[in-house]
Amino acid sequence: MKYELVSGFETHVELSTNTKIFCSCTTQFGGEPNTHCCPVCIGLPGTLPKLNRQVVKYAIMAGLATNCEIAEVAKMDRKNYCYPDLPKAYQISEYDKPLCEHGYIQLSNGRKIRILRIHIEEDAGKLIHAHGDTYVDYNRGGVPLIEIVTEPDFRSTDEAREYVEKLQQIMRYIGVSDCRMQEGSMRCDVNISVRPEGSDELGTRTEIKNMNSINNIVKAMEYEYERQVDVIENGGKVTQETLRYDDATNTTSSMRGKEDANDYRYFRDPDLVTILTSREEVEEIRKTLPELPAVKQARYVDEYDIPEKDASLLTKYRKVSEYFDEAIEGLKNPKTVSNFIIGSIFRRVETEKDKEAFDVSVSPKHLRELVKMIEDKKIQNNLAKKTLEKMLDTGKPCTEFIDESDLGGVDDSALEQMCKNAIDGNPNAVADYKGGKEKALMSLLGNVMKQSRGKADAQAVRAKLIEMIN
Amino acid sequence: MSEIKKIHDMLVSKQISCKELTEKYLTEIENSNKELNAYVNVTPDAALAQAEKVDAKLGKGEEIGLLEGVPMTLKDNLSTKGIETTCCSKILTGYKPIYNATVWEKLEGEGAVLLGKTNMDEFAMGSSSETSYFGGAANPFNTKHCAGGSSGGVASAVGANIAPYGLGSDTGGSIRQPASFCGIVGLKPTYGAVSRYGLIAYASSLDQIGPITKTVEDASIVFDAISDYDPKDSTSQGRKGEPTYNSLNNDIKGMKIGIAREYLEGVRDDVKEAVLAAVKVYESLGAEVIYFDMPSLKYALPVYYIIACAEASSNLGRYDGIRYGFKAEHYNGTHDMMCRTRSEGFGDEVKRRILLGTYVLSAGYYDAYYKKAQNLRGAIVKAFDEAFSKCDFVLAPTVPMTAFEMGHAVSDPVETYLTDICTVPVNIAGLPAVSVPCGFNADGMPIGMQLIGNKFNEAKILNAANAYEKAAPENFKETKWGVKL
Repeated sequence: MKYELVSGFETHVELSTNTKIFCSCTTQFGGEPNTHCCPVCIGLPGTLPKLNRQVVKYAIMAGLATNCEIAEVAKMDRKNYCYPDLPKAYQISEYDKPLCEHGYIQLSNGRKIRILRIHIEEDAGKLIHAHGDTYVDYNRGGVPLIEIVTEPDFRSTDEAREYVEKLQQIMRYIGVSDCRMQEGSMRCDVNISVRPEGSDELGTRTEIKNMNSINNIVKAMEYEYERQVDVIENGGKVTQETLRYDDATNTTSSMRGKEDANDYRYFRDPDLVTILTSREEVEEIRKTLPELPAVKQARYVDEYDIPEKDASLLTKYRKVSEYFDEAIEGLKNPKTVSNFIIGSIFRRVETEKDKEAFDVSVSPKHLRELVKMIEDKKIQNNLAKKTLEKMLDTGKPCTEFIDESDLGGVDDSALEQMCKNAIDGNPNAVADYKGGKEKALMSLLGNVMKQSRGKADAQAVRAKLIEMIN
Repeated sequence: MSEIKKIHDMLVSKQISCKELTEKYLTEIENSNKELNAYVNVTPDAALAQAEKVDAKLGKGEEIGLLEGVPMTLKDNLSTKGIETTCCSKILTGYKPIYNATVWEKLEGEGAVLLGKTNMDEFAMGSSSETSYFGGAANPFNTKHCAGGSSGGVASAVGANIAPYGLGSDTGGSIRQPASFCGIVGLKPTYGAVSRYGLIAYASSLDQIGPITKTVEDASIVFDAISDYDPKDSTSQGRKGEPTYNSLNNDIKGMKIGIAREYLEGVRDDVKEAVLAAVKVYESLGAEVIYFDMPSLKYALPVYYIIACAEASSNLGRYDGIRYGFKAEHYNGTHDMMCRTRSEGFGDEVKRRILLGTYVLSAGYYDAYYKKAQNLRGAIVKAFDEAFSKCDFVLAPTVPMTAFEMGHAVSDPVETYLTDICTVPVNIAGLPAVSVPCGFNADGMPIGMQLIGNKFNEAKILNAANAYEKAAPENFKETKWGVKL
C-alpha cells in the first residue's frame, strides 16, 4: 500500500526588536551569561511585565505578510510549567486569542499552506552543561518570539523545505527577524503522520521538536515517514509522542509520551491588559510593508521579461532585489542587470549570510552606468563584462577602465580589414572550417576580437567571417 | 488628630529631633516586640541614618514634607532594596531584593523613616498572621488574641504605637481585617490606584497595597502619597482625582448609605449591634440609609478562593531554589532539588492553596471551577455597579467577629476561610474600602466596619469615615503599648 505524508509546522521565530518583550533589556545574541538581564526578565518576586508594543507591531507585520486576519482584541496567557530556564515557572504566551489567524503561504506548485495562527510569546533562557554541572543563562529569557502554526497541509518534504525557505524569506523581507536557524532565531517543531493514499482521515501524529536546519527537517521527516509506515505495515500502531531528532545517527527517539504531556494550566495573565489593535493601526502597518518577494518575483517576470529562475534568485534576499531595483532605474533592459548580478556579482558573494547582507563593492549606480554604455552602443557586452570584474576588484566606476579608444564600435570597412587579416594569417583554420570543423571559426573570431581590442560585436564578426570564407 | 501631622508638627517645631523620635520607636520595638511579634526585621541603622538626614535639613531651616522624618513600617511582602524581604516564608529566607517596590520608592523619596519589616501570614495567605514562618503577631488589645491577617504585623505595630503607620496589602481583606481586629484604620484602594510593582504577588488580579493607620486622616495622607500611575505596572491607573486629604470636610449630609442584607447574615450579634449603632451615627449626621439585597454575594467566598488560589499556584511556581532564597540541603539532581526546596520551604497553608489552585486550573476542571468563578466574578461586579446606582457607598461589617484567640485560625482552616466573607467581595470587584473601628465587644476587643465605595471613590469613603471618626472618637482607643507622644 502507498502512504501519504501529512505534516504541519510550528515555527518559532525570534523577533529582532531592540528590547525584550516585557522589559527594556537588549535582545542582542551572545554576551556574557546573565548580562542582558534585569529583575523583570529573571522573574524576581514582585516584578511585573510591561508589553513592548513594538513586538505587537512586528507580529502584525508577520501576520499581514502571511495573509492573516489581525485580531482587534487579543490577550496574553500564562503557560505554566516548571523548568530551570523558565524563571517565573510560566511562559507568557497567547492561548485562545492569538494576534493573527487564518493566513496562508502559497507554494510554487500552487498549493496554499494554511496558517492557523501566529501568536506572540517570550523565549526562555538556556541551560549550559559544563564542568560536570548545569548552569543557566537568562540572556535569551524574555526575547520576543512569534509562533507560526500551520494546518497539517504538507504532503511532501519538498513542500516543507519550500515553506521554511519562503517563511524565512518573508520574515527577512519585512525585517522582523533574521531567521538564523543555526543561532536559534528560527526553530521548527514538525508534526507528522501518515495515511493510506486517498484517505481523508488523519493518522496518529508524532511531533519532532526543535529542528535547527532545513536539511535536518527534511531528513527527520523522511526518517519519521519511513518509521511510521514500517510500524503500520508490520501491524503496529503509531504512538502519539514527542520526539527528538539526532542528526548524527539520522534517527528520532522519544522525549515523552502522551501520558507525560504537560498540563500547562493556561489562564489569562492578570498582570497584563488586553491588547487592542485598531483597524487604522493595522492599515498603517500594512502601508509600511515592503513589496513581498512573491509579488516582486512575478513582477520581474512580467515587466522585465526575466526568466522565472533568475527572478527567484534576485528576490530571494531583500537586499539583492533592492540592489537590482536601484540599478535598473532608467534602463531599457533590466535583464542585462539581472545577468550581471547573477553571472558576475553572485560569484563573489557566495554564502547565504553574505547574500543576505549583499554588501557589494560596485554600487547600483555604477552598475547602471556600465549597462547604460551597452544600451547606448558605446561598448560591447564582452568588454562590459571584463570591466565589471575590474570594478568589482576596485570598487571604482567603469569610466576608470574604459578609455577614449575603447569607445564606439568598429566600422564596417575596419571590420572587413580585420577579417581579411585573420583569414589571410590563418590558412589552416580556414581550411579546417571549410572541411566541416565548425570550431575552427572560433580561433578566427578570437583573432578579430583581439585586433579590435574587444570592441567588435562578436555576432557581426561571425557573420562577416562566414560571408568572406564562403 | 492625624498621627502623621502630629509628628510632623513636633519635628518642625523642634519639640523632638527626628533621631530622638526614631530612637524612641526603636526602643519601644525592642521592649514590646518579643510579646507582640509585630516586626520580623528591624532596620535601626538605615532608620537612624535617614533620621539624621532629616535633622540636618531641619537644622538648616529647610522645609520638610508631611511624611518626611515620620517613622513607618512595611509589610514583609514589599520589596526593599538590600533589606531582606521574606513574605514570612522559609523559602525566601535570606532573599534581599535588588530593587525597590514602587510604593517604597515613593515613600523613601518623601523622606520616610523605615523602622523595619513587619510580620504577615506566609505569602499573605491567612487571616491571623499565624501561618508566618516566624510565628503569629499578637493583638495589642489582648496578646492572647491574634492581630489578624495577613497584614497582622503592621496592624499590631500601629495598634501598639511602635509604628505611626505602615503599608499592608489586601487580597481578600488582609488590610481591613487586621485593622478591624486591632482597632485602627485600614484602606484597601481601588484595584489599579496603587502600583503593585514590587509587591510579592499572592493573587495578581486581587492584590492591592494600602495604608494601615491610627486615623482616617492618616490613611488619606498616605494614600495620596502612594497612589499614582506607574509605567512598570500595566494594571496601574493612579488615583484619578485630586488628593483625598484636601477633600476631607466631614460633610456627609444627604449622602446615601447602602446596606446589603447579605452582609449582616451570619454576623455575630455584638458585631452587628456595633455596626447598626454606627449607622445611627451616620443618620444623625444627616445621611440617608437604604437597604437592598445583593444575592450574588453568596458566591463571593468560593469565587475568591478559586481565583486567588489559581493565581497563587502560578505566582509561586518561581520559588524553586535556583536563583534566590532557601534551597534544600540534600538532593539528587535538579528536579529533586526543586521538589525538596518547595516541600521544605513552603508552609502547610501555602501548600494547601497551591494544590487547590493547581487543581482548579487543570485540564478537565478549568471550566467547572476557574471559568465559572470568572463568570460569577462578573456577576458580583455587576451587583456592585447596581448598588452604586442607588447609594454613595455600602456599609458593612469588616469581619463577622472580633479577633480570634491565638491558635484558633490554624486549627480549622476552612472555618477560617469563612471569616473572610465580608472582605472578599471588594477585592473581587476591585473596589476601594476603608475599615474603621466602630466599637468593642464585652471583652474589650475592637469591632470594625467598612465603607465600600465605587471605583476610584477613595475621597468619598475617606470623607465619610472621617466624619464618623469625628462623631464617635470613643471607638478609637489607645493601647498600653509603645511610644506616647
